Amino acid sequence: MAIDIESRTSVYDEEGRAVEELVLNVGPSHPSTHGVCRIIAHLDGEVVTKAEPVIGYLHRGIEKMAENRTYLQIVPLTDRLDYVGSMYANWAYCRAVERLAGIGVPERAEYLRVITCELQRVASHMMSIGSTGADTGAFTMFVYAFDVRERVIELFEALTGSRLTYNYVRPGGVAADAPEGWLDDVRRVVGQMPARLTELDRLFFGNTIARGRLKGIGVLDVPTAIAWGASGPVARGSGVGWDLRKSDTYSLYPRFDFDVPVGERGDAYDRARVRLWESVESCRIIEQALDQIEPGHVKAPGLPRLLKPRPGDAYDHIESARGSLGIYLVSDGSPRPYRMKVRSPAFCNLALLPLLAPGHTMSDLVVILGSLDPVFGEVDR
Amino acid sequence: MALVDKIGQSLTGAPLVLTNVDALIDWSRGQSLWAMPMGTACCAMELIAASFSKFDFDRLGSFPRPDPRHTDVMIVAGTITRKMAPAVKRLWEQMPEPKYCIAMGNCAVSGGIFYYDTYSVVRGVDEIIPVDVYLSGCPPRPEALQDAVLQLRELIRSRSIAQGREYDRVYTLPLPGGERAGTTDPGRAEAADVLAGRRPKTGGDE
Ligand code: SF4
Repeated sequence: MAIDIESRTSVYDEEGRAVEELVLNVGPSHPSTHGVCRIIAHLDGEVVTKAEPVIGYLHRGIEKMAENRTYLQIVPLTDRLDYVGSMYANWAYCRAVERLAGIGVPERAEYLRVITCELQRVASHMMSIGSTGADTGAFTMFVYAFDVRERVIELFEALTGSRLTYNYVRPGGVAADAPEGWLDDVRRVVGQMPARLTELDRLFFGNTIARGRLKGIGVLDVPTAIAWGASGPVARGSGVGWDLRKSDTYSLYPRFDFDVPVGERGDAYDRARVRLWESVESCRIIEQALDQIEPGHVKAPGLPRLLKPRPGDAYDHIESARGSLGIYLVSDGSPRPYRMKVRSPAFCNLALLPLLAPGHTMSDLVVILGSLDPVFGEVDR
Repeated sequence: MALVDKIGQSLTGAPLVLTNVDALIDWSRGQSLWAMPMGTACCAMELIAASFSKFDFDRLGSFPRPDPRHTDVMIVAGTITRKMAPAVKRLWEQMPEPKYCIAMGNCAVSGGIFYYDTYSVVRGVDEIIPVDVYLSGCPPRPEALQDAVLQLRELIRSRSIAQGREYDRVYTLPLPGGERAGTTDPGRAEAADVLAGRRPKTGGDE
């Protein structure tokens, strides 16, 4: 429960001893900061009065590098943005390129994109839920969640040859068709998934300790969430039903029947739980996509080897595991983009930390940071 | 030999192994390498995966400890930016000797995909700290990391602790625009030339 700071910041305690504010530096290298985040925390005793994230420890200059790469060479760079869910940045970037160059995508490729991205959502959310478990002392949860994640990663490895940086979605389609039997493997793994996810729900979210550690922690109200541009599970945990798959639907999502889970109280518990139920919904989408997918081409025919889009600009966004991920591209007619800008949901969500942390104890600060699920490749770019 | 005789008498019938202290210490140091996970970017995900159920790092005696003062080997997994470099160096200096470093992933080896065209990345962690095992891959598989730890064990076993460690140069923080200070081989020298504009860039699909 949040503590009223105003009532605590007296200069002297009851026995007349001076109480000083302690400024504590957390990070940039600490396993519970979820990446290379540094937080300057002002503490009054155990209670955080101010928390300020310092970012930039993973600033690799990807946006600037993109200006020196051809359109196809940028795809591997987008893998490294959100490295917990590489498929999303691939897809968002390719959608922007396709819009810029007017490329159509074959239907089978779109289905493969939907299947891989929904699998990626499960993998990414498992990382987040697992680390929430580890932050609250339930390390078992991390191991269980990672087990689910590993199964998805095995599928990706069979499809793309890589466990983490896939480089799979390409402008005009996907890199290669699914190998023989891969779709059956997906059906098998996804078929087992809901039972596993329900097990996680019982294991963790029904647990008294988890409830005690997560409920009422870092409450985000609806107006703040909207005003600060929060998206993804962070906004939906507060009850904002904003999901680009429904709100600004793209690709084949209108063909699928799925729900968007939303929370009520906007605390860390709801945000984590929304992630879990979103994974279940993703399994529903994948099963429908597997039923509908038909043989066909996976690359747009007649694509030039070197893309030279007309001068102009394009923006496209998709719903990533962290929220609305957008890529803005400006072309000057040359084979390299003039500018690439990433609208990163993790960055916007991390900006909420100074609002949510005050009044909570130091150990809850880590939980709040984890519930915002930042990935620093994407925050710093 | 009086002592050995005495031990022999007290252990009559028991198998007896004779070795020197040095070899015993070197052998045992290699068996339990506690790792400082210096995960900064994508490779850190594989570092986490390596210690979990499927790959189970712990069975090799390697156990991730977040405190540098408890650890023997620093696993640098991920891109080191100029902003991050002082923190890495400070953590390295906090580790007690004898200490070792595994550079995991192309970024930590040489800057990897971020070698060209970027202004903020340190081109290989060996610019700032000495590296014992280089592990390439983007990212390397968890099994590869385990192999790197096994290689490091061999290395420790083959070097005696008695002389202490000597480094062939002083490791400082890299200056922006400076030459690459780490291990130089012909490929890297060439790349440095291209970067400094002394040689035209070849390849590319134009
Ligand atoms: S080597 Fe590749 S996977 Fe590893 S940190 Fe660098 S870019 Fe990421």
